Amino acid sequence: MSLLQLETEVHGTVLVVRLFGELDHHTASSLRDQLDFELKERQISHLLLNLKHLSFMDSSGLGVILGRYKIISSRKGKMVVCSMNPIIYRIFEMSGMFKILSVKESEEEALSALGVA
Amino acid sequence: MRNMMQLTFSSRSENEALARVSVAAFLMPFDPTLEELTEIKTVISEAVTNSIIHGYDNRPDGLITIRTTIENNSVIIEVEDEGIGIANVEEARQPLFTTKPELERSGMGFTIMENFMDELEIVTGPNRGTKIRMVKHLSTQPIMSN
Repeated sequence: MSLLQLETEVHGTVLVVRLFGELDHHTASSLRDQLDFELKERQISHLLLNLKHLSFMDSSGLGVILGRYKIISSRKGKMVVCSMNPIIYRIFEMSGMFKILSVKESEEEALSALGVA
Repeated sequence: MRNMMQLTFSSRSENEALARVSVAAFLMPFDPTLEELTEIKTVISEAVTNSIIHGYDNRPDGLITIRTTIENNSVIIEVEDEGIGIANVEEARQPLFTTKPELERSGMGFTIMENFMDELEIVTGPNRGTKIRMVKHLSTQPIMSN
């Protein structure tokens, strides 16, 4: 079993991805492949990442998120991240990620910010 | 009170979790906070990932050694490889700097290590491997030994 599991759901043009477990260099590559597959196969404009059940993330996770941000922004879409734990929040903060993506407390809030509540 | 552990493993990405979980398990009796433990797990992951991707250029046949020492309430962690070394340490320490943007590296590894630990020292040289030495002072009171 992989240390990282994900659940995806589509709401209109928003792809909701819920991450469970640990996101490091090892688990980053399968996450990248799965997200790119979803983004390619579906008519998705916006990406919402729910990190509520992500217990661990390092800078490899930032790399994957930044890479997907580039794809989404090339489609003129928005990327929203929600429900992150305080340590992951600090990692995002020190890398300046909040300049390019918005953070919400919950998935509901994030969905309404994307106009699909 | 002084205690130490050492772990050597292959430079394979599946060992990143082993490395951080082993160090966390070793530190549990010293009663770190959940925040301190997560910070330590994160920096172990950063240093080991650097050794795999940069030190050994993703070759799986290298060896990585982690030595963790706890003395009073200070944790000293050394992560060492026998890889190609870091050509320019100053550059490597800059936030967002990476030599491998094509692999979607964020360039935040050393910045995270510096932020989550109290001290960081890098000993490296071309083809001489890299040793990262990090120190963190835990907020808990030292355990009294008899």
